[in-house]
Amino acid sequence: MSVTVRRAGDRGSLIELPDNAAAVRVARRLREERPDLVDVVIGHATVLVTWIDEVVDLGVIVERALVPELEIIGRSVDIPVTYDGPDLDEVARLTGLSQEEVVARHTGAVHVAAFLGFQPGFAYLTGGDELLHVPRREVPRTQVPGGTVAIAGPYSGVYPRDSPGGWRLLGSTPTAMFDPAREPPALLAPGDRVRFVAA
Amino acid sequence: MTQLEVVRPGLLLTVQDRGRPGLAHLGVPPSGAADPDAYELGNRLVGNPPGAAALEATMDGPVLRFDRPTTVALTGATTPEVRTVERLEVGRCVGGVRTYICVRGGIEVDPVLGSRSTDLLTGLGPAPLRTGDVLEIGSTPGVVPDEPLGTVPGVRLPDTPVLRVVPGPRDDWFTAAALEMLCSEPWRVSSSSNRVGIRLEGPALERAHHDELLSEGLVTGALQVPASGEPILLLNDHPTTGGYPVIAVVRSDDLPRAGQLAPRDSVRFAIDG
Repeated sequence: MSVTVRRAGDRGSLIELPDNAAAVRVARRLREERPDLVDVVIGHATVLVTWIDEVVDLGVIVERALVPELEIIGRSVDIPVTYDGPDLDEVARLTGLSQEEVVARHTGAVHVAAFLGFQPGFAYLTGGDELLHVPRREVPRTQVPGGTVAIAGPYSGVYPRDSPGGWRLLGSTPTAMFDPAREPPALLAPGDRVRFVAA
Repeated sequence: MTQLEVVRPGLLLTVQDRGRPGLAHLGVPPSGAADPDAYELGNRLVGNPPGAAALEATMDGPVLRFDRPTTVALTGATTPEVRTVERLEVGRCVGGVRTYICVRGGIEVDPVLGSRSTDLLTGLGPAPLRTGDVLEIGSTPGVVPDEPLGTVPGVRLPDTPVLRVVPGPRDDWFTAAALEMLCSEPWRVSSSSNRVGIRLEGPALERAHHDELLSEGLVTGALQVPASGEPILLLNDHPTTGGYPVIAVVRSDDLPRAGQLAPRDSVRFAIDG
């Protein structure tokens, strides 16, 4: 497997990996073995690490973590959704499906949380039905309500709080994606498997 | 307990401390004082423990009223029009955009995820302060240290400060000329800059790859280049991941200077590392 380590400033490195699963494994190993690292951030197929003082060679840890494991990382999480979003009709038109089929395909897939970003607790979920891969809106909305379930490109996601957003809105969930008072604050972590359930 | 009342917040007045490092994997930005050197110095001057929360004023300082005598240090951008008759009038910021108002005892607001910092991107922490807001001042007795505080660095920036950068992580996504251009031309700071990022105006940096970059982690100081080709220098409230390639990253020792760049300032970059 090919791994490239790129510099990310004087206190960081970006490790490029073959896929997201490798990134999840490498990040977990780095967290366990290098508690002195400040941040270990999974991307689509990368891990960004940052530190305060001198960092030692990360190569050995990365190599060992790349040995594939049979162990499944992550939990299974069901997210209840009321499918009444403002873009349901447009997604049906873009995909040539009926609204019922859009809902059936969205609830029928097992999504995997690939990485978090954009907002606290916002997980980019991959593994969704390929027929539902629709482009994001050309003009993003200035306000998408927290709890909105949406799709764009290869991803599904749930907006944790009111924020601007360019994804296509399918429905909403009462599940809190992020709560600073909870431990851990984010509902989802990379590697978790997510199923949307029509409420 | 001492209280302070915000009589006038100025352009933007936020509570800041050392922020929320270590939570980027949850999508939580680092936040914290944009000029950490000035913030740390202010806390030392009033004898606060490291990490005590202070106020960060932006371009135009606040008017504050305290309910009893207290000790305050102003650091960061110079404020030549300070008045202290009955209330503290900080006035405009000169030679930078951010002045820290460090009060002995620190600002006591409820911490969120271990920090009292206002995060403008995500809304974590206290909202930007408004007229009439009342803040508690901590009662931990401050001890001004006996040892020398060290040389106070001059805060007035040269007319065109030079920030040192480490190329990458995606410099190979650009033409060789792009990195050269980044480090030869002076860049102008756009007025649509904030704690999330500083927009830079100048020649468009040309991409060698036109693929879409899959989202990856971002560091403070990253020079992210969107489709327009004009870089954005990410500051403390930056999103934790993004899909625009980063051509270079400002060295961490130079980030405090980046945090003082004002709209219409020019800035240069030099490769170092």
